[in-house]
Amino acid sequence: MTASRTTRPARQSRALPKSVAGAEALRSPGEANVWGFEDSAPAKQSEISRPVTRTLSYVEALREATDFEMARHESVVVFGLDVDDPKAIQGTTRGLAEKYGPERVFGTPLSEDAMTGAAIGMALAGLRPIHVHIRMDFLMLAMNQLVNVAAKCHYMYGGRVHVPLVVRAMIGKSWGQGAQHSQGLYSFFMHVPGFKVVAPATPYDAKGCLAAAVRDDNPVLYVEHRHLHFTHGLVPEESYLVRPGKARITAHGSDITLVGISAMQTECLAARHYLTTAGIDAEVIDPIWLSPLDIDTIADSVERTGRLLVVDNGWIACGAGSEIVAAIAERLMGVRDLRVQRMGFAPVTCPTTRCLEDLFYPNGRTIAAAARDLVEGTKTGWVPDEEPKLAKLEFKGPF
Amino acid sequence: MHEQLYRSLYRIRRVEEHAARAYPSDKIKSPVHLSIGQEAVSVGVCAALEPNDVVFGTYRGHALYLAKGGDLKQMIAELYGKVTGCARGKGGSMHLIDPEAGVMGASAVVGTTIANAVGYAYALKLRREPAIVASFFGDGATEEGVFAESLNFAVLKQLPILFVCENNQYAIHTHQRQRQGRPDICARARALGMPAECIENNELLNLVERGKQVVGRIRSGLGPHFMEAMTYRWQEHVGPGADFHLGYRTEDEAQPWKDSDQVHRLADLIDPVRRTEIETEVEEEIAAAFDFAESSPFPSPAELHEHVFQEVCA
Ligand SMILES: Cc1ncc(C[n+]2csc(CCOP(=O)(O)OP(=O)(O)O)c2C)c(N)n1
Ligand SMILES: [Mg+2]
Repeated sequence: MTASRTTRPARQSRALPKSVAGAEALRSPGEANVWGFEDSAPAKQSEISRPVTRTLSYVEALREATDFEMARHESVVVFGLDVDDPKAIQGTTRGLAEKYGPERVFGTPLSEDAMTGAAIGMALAGLRPIHVHIRMDFLMLAMNQLVNVAAKCHYMYGGRVHVPLVVRAMIGKSWGQGAQHSQGLYSFFMHVPGFKVVAPATPYDAKGCLAAAVRDDNPVLYVEHRHLHFTHGLVPEESYLVRPGKARITAHGSDITLVGISAMQTECLAARHYLTTAGIDAEVIDPIWLSPLDIDTIADSVERTGRLLVVDNGWIACGAGSEIVAAIAERLMGVRDLRVQRMGFAPVTCPTTRCLEDLFYPNGRTIAAAARDLVEGTKTGWVPDEEPKLAKLEFKGPF
Repeated sequence: MHEQLYRSLYRIRRVEEHAARAYPSDKIKSPVHLSIGQEAVSVGVCAALEPNDVVFGTYRGHALYLAKGGDLKQMIAELYGKVTGCARGKGGSMHLIDPEAGVMGASAVVGTTIANAVGYAYALKLRREPAIVASFFGDGATEEGVFAESLNFAVLKQLPILFVCENNQYAIHTHQRQRQGRPDICARARALGMPAECIENNELLNLVERGKQVVGRIRSGLGPHFMEAMTYRWQEHVGPGADFHLGYRTEDEAQPWKDSDQVHRLADLIDPVRRTEIETEVEEEIAAAFDFAESSPFPSPAELHEHVFQEVCA
């Protein structure tokens, strides 16, 4: 079957709403997040009217989306190292091999380069592969196929073929993940035309973005963070899409705009809380899709607040955060006075020892401190005291 | 010779058992990939190596590091994330290194050090040095493209390198049969143009003897050699415990390997009095290493920004 032709998503050129928060919003009890909704029908949008009461983990949401897409279309196949092993990629692929059989769900040899090339071949033949990597670092073995082939095929062949490929890749953190198991290298892919990049930060988006990625006819890098895997949130039972190119305002505010990417979204929401104790009202935005990037929503916000702090889940230099800050500067130069800042990993290799690793990552407190300085336009030296309920997730190994 | 081998083998076993015992204290905040059950491969091959020879390994590298003469205190301190560790706490269990002992590091990305080992061997040959390189990796690593590419280059340039595939039959929880269409790794090495042999039984003395033969051959300039050493991992892929409850392998499968435990085999070959002496010395050394790690300081915050670049030399 030539399924890849029958499930073409809505055209990208449609005007994007400035933000999906608002009309279709739903507030989850006790949380600052405001979830925007879209319905499952690929071509049109409608509201999910029933209130959502079901809580799922990120892992379960991801698994459910995969299950749904596999059931929906025979052309969806899932493979990668250890997708069918007892730990099932933290549970995200649990039960799929049993349900859909070993032809559609299979573990691979340790051959990232060849398996990526094979995934592209499958996509060219009309399958919709989801290739899973337990660490984003391992994508480095597959760069040739991803950058020189997957991203290029559609353009280089003048639109004659397309590559509906989803590459799932997880960013590790803490418990000595260290140099080669902790990298957030998604900006590499933002750099390359032809790739879409998504980094969902909530269970709701994990589900909706995976479905959107699978139905997209282009290569999509789906960025996961293993700390997010353990988070819980409201997830509708029905299928829905969180489409490319739309950011979400996750908390409203007027003094500064915080943009948090992937797991840094959680830290930005914590920072917002700390900032209220200093009388600062921060707006928080989750870009969700990094490519295509919804710069409109961020620009609207910064036009109101005049200050932008982007917190990346990777290094700053040439990173996603740098891209956002540059785009905002271009957009608002001459329109509004603004102050901007980027935060991200310290410009070093990730050390394993905890005491240095703690300094390597931004966290709610360091983000709040930087935000306050940005708002006040001076180095205040203020760092909020740690609130236990906002302390970073304690992660215990062995892995 | 048996005494020396026993000391090395027993020491590695006990170090890892101590690490496993310390693990629940959360002082080792690092993934540990234990070699328990596989020690004989490292000990056997390293017994054939000279101090100037060099090894490259993997994240499952405790045994190789110790067998090649890596500093024990620095290793434990590294596991504890202390500044006195072999990588100043920056590398952890997966990246042990001791250049002075010829341990040239270990990668957490499977297969990557095979090519690095080949390059090191090229440099040794270029400089006409008498040393050789031993490259250690698992059965899973042979599925990566870099394996075939590296072996080809080693043959092409007739490099002084021994490839040691520690075949424990599993990559995490997946058996070799489920990953390789033809699970005959030696055949692939031969096809690429080098002599290859499989050592089936994990027997230390056999490994030592074969190691000495092939290392002598390589040292005399006859080019690369491939050794596949069948062995078995007793503990979980990563972490201190057992994993038979996961169901991907059975205790029955493990039993023959445990029955032929090389630590016991070697122990039976030496004089009981000497054995007790050796064990006592090793236990003291290990206790001192853990004390050293415990009492060592963590790196200072300024360390975060150090070692990004080598200081420019004049
Ligand atoms: C390139 C790459 N792919 C996947 C992984 C995840 N991974 C870590 S260890 C491992 C198994 C490797 O098996 P093997 O080479 O046989 O070594 P063993 O662990 O058995 O010693 C895998 C797949 C990785 N670290 N690097
Ligand atoms: Mg193995």
